Amino acid sequence: MTTPSLYAPREPIFPKRVSGFYRNLKWWIMLFTLGIYYLTPWMRWDRGPNLPDQAVLIDLAQRRFYFLWIEIWPHEFYFVAGLLIMAGLGLFLFTSALGRVWCGYTCPQTVWTDLFILVERWIEGDRNARIRLHRGKWDVRKWRLRFTKWFVWLLIALATGGAWVFYFTDAPQLLHDLVNFTAHPVAYGTIAVLTLTTFVFGGFMREQVCIYMCPWPRIQAAMMDSDTITVAYREWRGEPRGKQRIEGTGDCIDCMACVNVCPVGIDIRDGQQMECITCALCIDACDDIMAKIGKPRGLIDYLALSDEPAERAGAKPKAVWKHILRPRTILYTAMWSAIGIGLLYALFIRSDIDLTVSPVRNPTYIVQSDGAIRNVYDVRLRNKSGDNRKFHMSLTSKALLRIDLQEEVRTLDIVVPADTTVLHRVYVSARSTDPAASIDATDLRIWVEDRNTGARASRATTFNGKVTQ
Amino acid sequence: MKKDKIDEPTGVETTGHSWDGIEELNNPLPRWWLWTLYGCIVWGVGYSIAYPAWPMLSGATTGLLGYSTRAEVAEQIVEHEQKNQGLVAQLIAADLSELPATSDLHRYGIARGGSVFRAQCSQCHGSGAAGSKGYPNLLDDNWLWGGSIDEISTTVAHGIRNETDEDAHFSQMPAFKDILENDDITAVVEYVISLSNTEFNSDLARQGETVYADNCASCHGDDAKGDREQGAPNLADAIWLYGGDRETLTTTVKQARYGVMPAWGQRLSDEDVRAVSLYVHALGGGE
Repeated sequence: MTTPSLYAPREPIFPKRVSGFYRNLKWWIMLFTLGIYYLTPWMRWDRGPNLPDQAVLIDLAQRRFYFLWIEIWPHEFYFVAGLLIMAGLGLFLFTSALGRVWCGYTCPQTVWTDLFILVERWIEGDRNARIRLHRGKWDVRKWRLRFTKWFVWLLIALATGGAWVFYFTDAPQLLHDLVNFTAHPVAYGTIAVLTLTTFVFGGFMREQVCIYMCPWPRIQAAMMDSDTITVAYREWRGEPRGKQRIEGTGDCIDCMACVNVCPVGIDIRDGQQMECITCALCIDACDDIMAKIGKPRGLIDYLALSDEPAERAGAKPKAVWKHILRPRTILYTAMWSAIGIGLLYALFIRSDIDLTVSPVRNPTYIVQSDGAIRNVYDVRLRNKSGDNRKFHMSLTSKALLRIDLQEEVRTLDIVVPADTTVLHRVYVSARSTDPAASIDATDLRIWVEDRNTGARASRATTFNGKVTQ
Repeated sequence: MKKDKIDEPTGVETTGHSWDGIEELNNPLPRWWLWTLYGCIVWGVGYSIAYPAWPMLSGATTGLLGYSTRAEVAEQIVEHEQKNQGLVAQLIAADLSELPATSDLHRYGIARGGSVFRAQCSQCHGSGAAGSKGYPNLLDDNWLWGGSIDEISTTVAHGIRNETDEDAHFSQMPAFKDILENDDITAVVEYVISLSNTEFNSDLARQGETVYADNCASCHGDDAKGDREQGAPNLADAIWLYGGDRETLTTTVKQARYGVMPAWGQRLSDEDVRAVSLYVHALGGGE
């Protein structure tokens, strides 16, 4: 017997142009998502003189994340973690309700591949012309068309890699530096890598990325069930395939329109397949044919597989909302909303004054010459605004305690510069005659008050005395 | 190539391997993946030649590029020190007693001094500088040899009662067990206790006051507040280096104490001595 071939070259795919409802929807989504991606870094947002005015900025060097009016510091990274969990649950929800809509409409791999195929079609022509060109000899025309296509792809790839770096530093300044060749090498390196991956993934690897590199197609099977609305072929209506003139054939005339438009090169009539990204272009292609031969649309359509018996029997399928509303989707929605509400709550209760007080426990107390007892606290004050803030510190306690700053300043006024955290060592003392000096723990509260706005914040802590047996 | 057996339900070619009737299907790997694997192997071989990789008997192969993480760290340290050169020069030149607490130089000094302290001083004085029996607490407002920044700096640089530095602080308390009678020692201990406590035997203390005036006041002072010139501790305050109970005080009077501190000026750079002095001064008791 012969040794089987263990490694297979990629079968080239030449998706045919298609028009229809889903194709139009995809164009709009492409315009929208690419618009967000390319334009977001250029949005401005005024945050005062000491903070960047870029609406969305991930400042890795300063460890700041700015999103419109929200500013996230490293200690608040749980917001980002929460958003990522929400993104994950959202993906579960959409997949269990509508199948791989993420893959078919919004995944960057799909969007950029779609864009690259559009360019390919503009330059090399539609499916048949491209197949001819692919099979033809490498003459001047073929080289010219190929080079033109690659060049346009490269420009798009460059813009894609280029847009990415703008999210991480001030966009206008970086663009200026980039064109003058004075930007940081990391910026050029990142652009080069992302340009290359965009060019290769969108131009040459396409469905290979989805089939072999992406884990999501394998996971999605666990997210979907027979109530999931997905792209499927009404086999009971279409089979047996054949010419319309022949008696006893179904609606499918085996015109291969659905196969010709498929960007992953499969035949949807073979049933649910891991390769299918549910881009719905076959629905548009088939509807077009059905209209031409005078049959109702929807031989290939979004449908729930659980409706098959009913449809076979000629009954009406269940309403779409009945498929979508089921324990699984409700659970995902509930979890998604709970985290979302939790994050919003956390966002709105964020204190305007960010104050922490931590007692220094090494040692717990200090005995002074006159027998007074001193405790030391580290007080951190954070100023997230774009302006300097001046705070006054004070203390409340049942005991008579005295508060001082480590620095030899007479007042208890602290200036916190814009966008910084300051650490102050604070001394709290009890005279030897005060009970607080000789009992284990006395409650106290350290207050700060904004000198300009009058806003106050406080933290409770304890004072440790010297306990004598 | 002859087509091999095709698996019925899937329509996929089989490899011909069969175990107990279970046949292996051939879903071929994409060729680019195979090339990616080869590419990774080539990269791996190249990497292990260019960078340190293979363990040998003594160390590892150094790699053609001569890269080492240790050298990188050394480079970063040199770079860091070069950046701080200006501050170091200022630190050496500055009059520390006049340095404002809010200045950058002060902040740098404290940070540098903190790391010197943790590395060199914490073994005796504790990581929190709270000291322990025989090793002074540096957080309080009591100083044996003075608590101004210059006095602290002198103490750090020259040390106390060491034999390596001629300028070290020096003083020695006599061991009174050979000088005084036991009764006198008991009495003087009671007197010392009376200076900072409310509970004491007043008769004994009064008796001890005379012993104190005759034997101790020359160093510790008539008012028992000590003498920083001689490193004589204040006996009237609430702070005890070895302990303020009768038993410990009796031992101290009988055997005397002889605390030694190395001369750090001989081991540390000038800027480190100054930095650690700033740090200690800022711990809370600095004068």
